Order: sequence, then C-alpha cells, then structure tokens
Amino acid sequence: MSWELVAGLETHVELSTKTKIFCSCTTEFGGEPNTHCCPVCVGLPGTLPKLNEKVVEYAVKAGLATNCSIRNISKMDRKNYVYPDLPKAYQISQYDKPLCEGGYVELNSGKKININRIHIEEDAGKLVHQRGDIYIDYNRGGVPLIEIVTEPDFRSMDEVVEYVEKLRLIMKYTGVSDVKMQEGSLRCDVNISVRKQGEKKYGTRTEIKNMNSINFIAKAMEYEFRRQIDVLESGGEIEQETRRYDSGLNITESMRGKEDADDYRYFREPDLVTISISDEQIDRCKKSLPELPQQRLKRFVEVLGLPVDDAELLIKYQKVADYFEEASAGVESPKTVSNYILSQIFRRFSTESEKEEFNISIPPEYLSVLVILAEKKKITSQVARNTLEKMLDEGKTALSFISEEDMQGVDEDDLRRLCQEAVDANEKAAAEYLAGKEKAIGAIIGFIMKYSKGKADAALAAQIVKEIITKEI
Amino acid sequence: MPEKIKKTGKIKYINKLLTDKEISCVELTQKYIDSIKKENGIINAYVNITEETALKTAETVDEKIQRGEKISLLEGIPMSLKDNISTKDVETTCCSKILKGYVPVYDATVWEGLKSQNAVLLGKTNMDEFAMGSSCETSCFGGSLNPHNTDHVAGGSSGGAASAVSGNMAVYGLGSDTGGSVRQPASFCGLVGLKPTYGSVSRYGLIAYASSLDQIGPIAGNVEDTAIIYDAISKYDKRDATSSGSRVKTVDTLNSSIKGMKIGIAEEYFDGAGEDVIASIKKAIEAYESLGAEIVQFKLPSLKYALPVYYILACAEASSNLGRYDGIRYGYRTDNYKDVNDMISRTRSEGFGKEVQRRILLGTYVLSAGYYDAYYKKAQKLRGSIVKSFQDAFTECDVMLTPTVPTTAFETNYTSKDPIETYLTDICTVPVNIAGLPALSIPCGFDNKGLPIGMQIIGKSFDDAKILNAAYKYEQYAKDEIYKELESGVRI
Repeated sequence: MSWELVAGLETHVELSTKTKIFCSCTTEFGGEPNTHCCPVCVGLPGTLPKLNEKVVEYAVKAGLATNCSIRNISKMDRKNYVYPDLPKAYQISQYDKPLCEGGYVELNSGKKININRIHIEEDAGKLVHQRGDIYIDYNRGGVPLIEIVTEPDFRSMDEVVEYVEKLRLIMKYTGVSDVKMQEGSLRCDVNISVRKQGEKKYGTRTEIKNMNSINFIAKAMEYEFRRQIDVLESGGEIEQETRRYDSGLNITESMRGKEDADDYRYFREPDLVTISISDEQIDRCKKSLPELPQQRLKRFVEVLGLPVDDAELLIKYQKVADYFEEASAGVESPKTVSNYILSQIFRRFSTESEKEEFNISIPPEYLSVLVILAEKKKITSQVARNTLEKMLDEGKTALSFISEEDMQGVDEDDLRRLCQEAVDANEKAAAEYLAGKEKAIGAIIGFIMKYSKGKADAALAAQIVKEIITKEI
Repeated sequence: MPEKIKKTGKIKYINKLLTDKEISCVELTQKYIDSIKKENGIINAYVNITEETALKTAETVDEKIQRGEKISLLEGIPMSLKDNISTKDVETTCCSKILKGYVPVYDATVWEGLKSQNAVLLGKTNMDEFAMGSSCETSCFGGSLNPHNTDHVAGGSSGGAASAVSGNMAVYGLGSDTGGSVRQPASFCGLVGLKPTYGSVSRYGLIAYASSLDQIGPIAGNVEDTAIIYDAISKYDKRDATSSGSRVKTVDTLNSSIKGMKIGIAEEYFDGAGEDVIASIKKAIEAYESLGAEIVQFKLPSLKYALPVYYILACAEASSNLGRYDGIRYGYRTDNYKDVNDMISRTRSEGFGKEVQRRILLGTYVLSAGYYDAYYKKAQKLRGSIVKSFQDAFTECDVMLTPTVPTTAFETNYTSKDPIETYLTDICTVPVNIAGLPALSIPCGFDNKGLPIGMQIIGKSFDDAKILNAAYKYEQYAKDEIYKELESGVRI
C-alpha cells in the first residue's frame, strides 16, 4: 500500500510598491539597519497607520491574475502576538474579510490548484544575531505583503514546485512583486500530511515555516513526507505542530506544538477605515493586467510554433521573452530566434539572476537582421553562429562582421564542382560511406567547408555529396 | 493673578490685553508659572513643567506684538497638554512608570497646530495611568487634587488638565476623553469640558488607550474659550485615517437663538444620580424653558448595556494598544532578566500599575479564543444597537441633557476601594464615546459641600456647534449665579 502526499501552501509575497503599507518610508531592500524607518513603522506611541492605496491596487491585481473574486468591502484586523521584531505587538493583517477569495492557478497538466484567499498585511522587522547579542533591524517592518493561501490540493512535490514557479511568474508579470527569492520577497509555509492511497480523510498535518527557495521547499517536503510515513509505518502518530527546515542538515525539526500555538486575538483594526473597492475600480485593474505567463506560453506554442519546453524556458524570464518577441518580428521562423537565445546567448549567462537580468549587448533588432540573413540563405548557419558571437562580444550589428564575400556564399554550380573534388580526394571515406558507415561522410563535408572557408551550405553539400557517391557506383 | 483675567471669555480678553500691550506675554506667562510654583505642590496638576520653552515662546509673541504684527486668538495664551499627548523633545509618560524617560521625536497633530500659533505650553498635566481611571489617582505621580476642596479629587482621567485651569495654573488645557475623561474632571472642577465628535479632532500623537473611543478635547473656564479651542484643533488630518475634521466654526453660532430647540431628557440617565445633582439639572431645565427651548421626555433602554459594552471594548483595544511597551525600544526596562521574554514580562509587571494590568488582563480575556463570541463580539453588536437608539432619540430632539456624573468630586482614595463601584460612576459619560457623539459638561450648580455639579449636553454626530450654542446660552443665562461662586470657590 503506497502513501499519498497532501499539501497546501501559504505564500507571502512582498509587493513592489515604492513606499511601505502604512507610512511613506521606502521599501527598498537592504540599507543601513533602521534607516528606512519612521515613527509610524516602528510603532512609536501615538502614531497611526494610513493605508497605502497602491497596496490595495496591487493585491487586487494579484487576485485577478489568479482568478479570484474581489471583495467590494473589506477591512483590516489586528493579529496580536509578542515578538521583538514586531514593534506594536500586533501585525495589521486581514482576518475574516480578505481582499480576494476563491481563485486558482492552473498547472500544465490542466489541474487547478485552488486559492482559498489572498489578503494584505505588513511585514515584521528582522532579528540580527551578532557576537552573542541580538539586534533588531526594522527596515523591513511595514513592507507590504500579500499572503496567498491555497486549498490542500497538492498531491506531489512536482505540483508544488510548478505552482510556486507559476505563481512567481504571475507576480512578476503583473508587476505586483519583483519576487527576488534570495531577498525573501517570496516565502512559503507548507502544510503537509500523508494518507494511504485511496483514503478520503486527511491525515494530521504539520506546517513547515518560512522557506524562501523553491529548492528548499522541495527538499523540506521530501524530508517531511518520508518522516511522516516512517512515523506512521512504525505505528506512531503525527503530531500537529509547526516545524522549521534546516537547510544545512536537510531535515525538518519541531518548533512548537499545537498546545503552544498562539491565540492571535484578532479584532478589527480601529485605526483604519473600511476598504471599499468599486466594480469600476476592479474593472480598471483587470484592463491594466498584461498578458499573463500562461497565456503567453500558449501563444508562443500555438501561434509562434515553439516547442512547449522552449517556450517555457523563454517565458520563465520576462525580459528574455520580451527580447525574443521583439527579435522575432519580421522573421520567418521564430524558432530560429529562440534557438539562438536558448543555446548561444544563454551560454553567456551562468546564473538564474543573470538570465533574469538579461544584460545583453545587442538590441533585438540586430538579432532579427542576422536571422533574416540566414533565412534568406545570404549566409550559412556556420557564418551566422560565428557572427553572433562577435556581435555579442562587441555589441555591433551583423553587417559589421560579414563581408560581401560572406554574403555571396557559394553558388550551386561551384558547390557541385567542389563536392566532386572532395569525393575524388576522399575515396576511402566515400567507400566507407557506401559500405554503410554514415559518419564517414563527415570527412568529405569537412574538406568542402575547409576549401569554401566555411561559406558552403553544409546541409546542401551533404545532399550533393551523397548524390555523387551513389551515382558513381 | 489680576482679578480681571479670571472673568469669563478669558481668551478673547487676554488677547486684547496682549494686543493693547496692557500686559506682555512674558509677564502673563510668568504669572502662570508663579501660580504653578505656588499651587502645584498641593494640587499636583502638572507632572512636567516646561518653564523655559514657555518663556521663550512668550518672548517670540512679545516681539511680534512689538513689531506691530497681528496675533491669532490662541497666540501667547498659556495652556497645558495632558501627558498622553506627544510633544517633541518633551517627556511624555501617560503618567506610567513604563514610559518614564520617553521623549517623543514628533508632535501630536493638535500640538503641532497650536505650537505653530505660538501657544504657550506651560507643561504636561497629570492623568490616570494611560487614561485608565476616574480620579487621576492611578497616576504614577500620585493623584491631582480638586482646587475647590483638596479633600476631593480633581477627577479623571484628565484630572491635571482640569485642576490646572480651575487652580489658575493655565487658561485652558487639552485632555483626552475615552469614556468621560474630559467631561468628568471638568464637572468635578466646575469647568467646561468638550468631548468632540469622534473624528473631528486628529488622534495622531495621542497615545492610545482605546482607539475607537479616544478623542482629544478642551477643558476651559467657559463655553466661548472651549469653542475657540475646538475650532482651532478640529481639522482634517491626513495622518489619521479616522479623521474628518469639523464642518463649521462653532464660535460663530454660539449666540444663536435656541427658541424651539428640542432638548431631550432620558430618564435612565438620572437613575442613581445624587439629589443635589438632580435638583441642579431640574433648575437648568427650567432655565432652558425660559429661553424658549422645548423639553422632550423619552426612554433610552439600551443605556443599561453601555457600561459593560464600554469596559469590554475599551479593555480589548487597550490590551492590544499597550502591547508595545516591552522595554525594548524606549521607556522603562527591568534590571534583572534571563532572556528577552523574561525581560518583556518583568518590564510589564513592574512598569504598569494595578489598574492598567487589570484592564490589559480583562481585554486579553475577552478577545481570547473561546470567549470572543460571548464578550467582544456581543459587545460590538450592542455597540451597534446603542448607536441606533441614539439615532432614534435624535429624531425626537436636537440635544440631550443629562448629568455628567451622578455625583460630585469623590473624596481622595475613594476609587481605590472598589473598582467596579468606580466604573459605575462612568454611566452618564461612556454612552457618548460608544456612539462617537459630541458632548460637553458645563457647570450648573453646587452640592451642599460647595462642590461643583456639571450637566452634560449631548448632540448628534458633528453637531458640536449646536451643543456649544446650547451651553453658551445657558451660561449667559446663569453666569451671574454660577460663575460668581465658581470663581470665589477657587483657592488663591
């Protein structure tokens, strides 16, 4: 009897508004400790919050992009708990009237991961441990967050990874967040339980808190899945508890049990007024939404004719996808453009964030011209490849590296002559080819390319060579 | 103190003295400082006296007058702020040990406005710790006494603000009123105290007790001064999301006729009120009738829920508002502790007084899982029905007349005996805060000991001008009788 994983996700996404949720301090990451602060965000006595309207707008966009319905009337609540990084001893959040409810994110399989709710709240500060002392940096305090809560719809680690990746892209495309995971602007809590395959009832769940990398989420879940199965198979019971993932040891460990769970004593935030959003405002947000990643993927595949895998790689990096689209304008086969990007250009970027940034020395039109030259057989693919390298090195157009001669290529009569010479000069290879050794033809083509200085169309040459060899029999 | 300064209409009168150069602002300020030095040792109205900056501001005003520049009505007028109103560079403690040494880095909006008009701040006034109390005696600095009779308290929580005005130690003071904290001490000290409509005065910088009930309001010697101050502080403030500002200038309509004004009397307000109190208010009702007002009697049965609703909601909000005093960033911190959690809990146990701890515990309890529905949620529902019953009542009348407090000023140490008994004396003042309405207390007589009695005039939301108008008319009618005695009652 095999075990089934059941998981749900709570994802915190930092919004990319310029200012904090309740004051006008900057949300910029980093900065000297406690320099992005004011009396309001450090909760000095007597200060009052003022809701940043952009936060509501961004959250509504996130909701619409994940197919949620938007509440016309919503409110803020206080979540009371004591921790040194929370200077008011309560977090202003939303309890029973979240801005967005009832949406979903569709996976490639067509399965929908249902979203229970999305609400807005403020982030807390950060504890900094140094030389045995604890310091508090409140720069992050009051940075706006949305929390996206799914139903327990995940049945595999792969689904979780795909969902987080899709969610990340949606946030990025809509401009709601810049989702820099390494800066903690997307963090996940995973609720996880196991049950026997076919069982209807959910098992007791544990919650793994605060993971900020897709890699860690997958590893932590894998560990926790195994751990729960081991406990159950050895006759034990799962305790409902909160656990943390230790990435160094690659284990999860208990933080606190159910009996120690905080009673947050939620109540309506009396310092803020009701949030009302009209249908017109919701419509305006809807209209302002850009093409979402899933729609773009579909278009790349169905309209531009890319293989799904290639299209996915492109849309993963918004700037790359934009570049691809611009470079494909006027080109016969966008797939050629995609090929150049995914192989030759991507080789130059070693990290994910470099691909994300996509600092490329040539504008998309330059690539476009190069591809058109190749498509019109003005240059061979070999020349095109070499030229692209030079273009990327120096940031110049294709034509600054391609001579008249290059562009003339080798006409077919000349090529036939050259092919005949090559076959004559490589009798042994021709014989081997005839004997069934396909690869032997490579030596002959190599000869042709050498004597044409790379200008010959290799594919056409191979065709002619084969004709000659078979005819000679 | 020159006899003439004690007259009604003080602010306009002093303004004229200043502009006519009959007295310089420095002289005036010095007189008040002298008075504070003489009286404060007994009365304990001030917990922090800002003599130096007061005189400096006074000099600025004098220079302006010397240059022949016009000064605004409140310019150069010596006044006080309750110690829960944030003042930049001036220690602000809420009269709690836990905030000792806390110096705000910003000014409360109300003070920012007055400061820009060169109001002369004499100091910060005494109050019940975090505004929790009715006698000023929960202050960590000890209570403030009633200048009319020092065996009695000044009232609370804005006791210091009231005793300072009553004891001639300030022309006016700003207090805060969460369940009667401006009106009750005004009543005890024979002054006018206004609790404005919720939202008309910015709360930014007022250290919160119960955010949905708190409102800053003036305590002054007469209605006109109260109206002048209210007009100056009731401005929309973008820093306070619940702020709406005021719609009218109340001084302009003070003297409007009240012929045909319907004055509502709800019998429930008189249950348990002292005989002297009832008798004085009956006389006031007769006065209104002779001024042409119409008296309307009705019932307000939801009033009986007001006290429990108030104490549940106020304590719930307080338990959350006071969570931030943990000894980490400012204020008091315990000396001995094992770790952060230990430090926080010891700091709070040592830093908060008994009454504050009681209300934090009550508030935490009513919000806790399992009790929320029975207490907090039910109280919120009842709040709605109290609001509704006031709205209904105001379809029958323009303003309501009630006692401010069922009694006159308590004897000292009365409130520490039985907290519940003390809570009950808030019965007439708390309904107004629950409903967000404007209300004021105005002197209307004396009990057999010579202690002042106050009556409360309640208005519809944003009808602050109307209740000030009604109060002014009564004051003009009764001033010979009431004010003569009030002024002779003042020690000095």
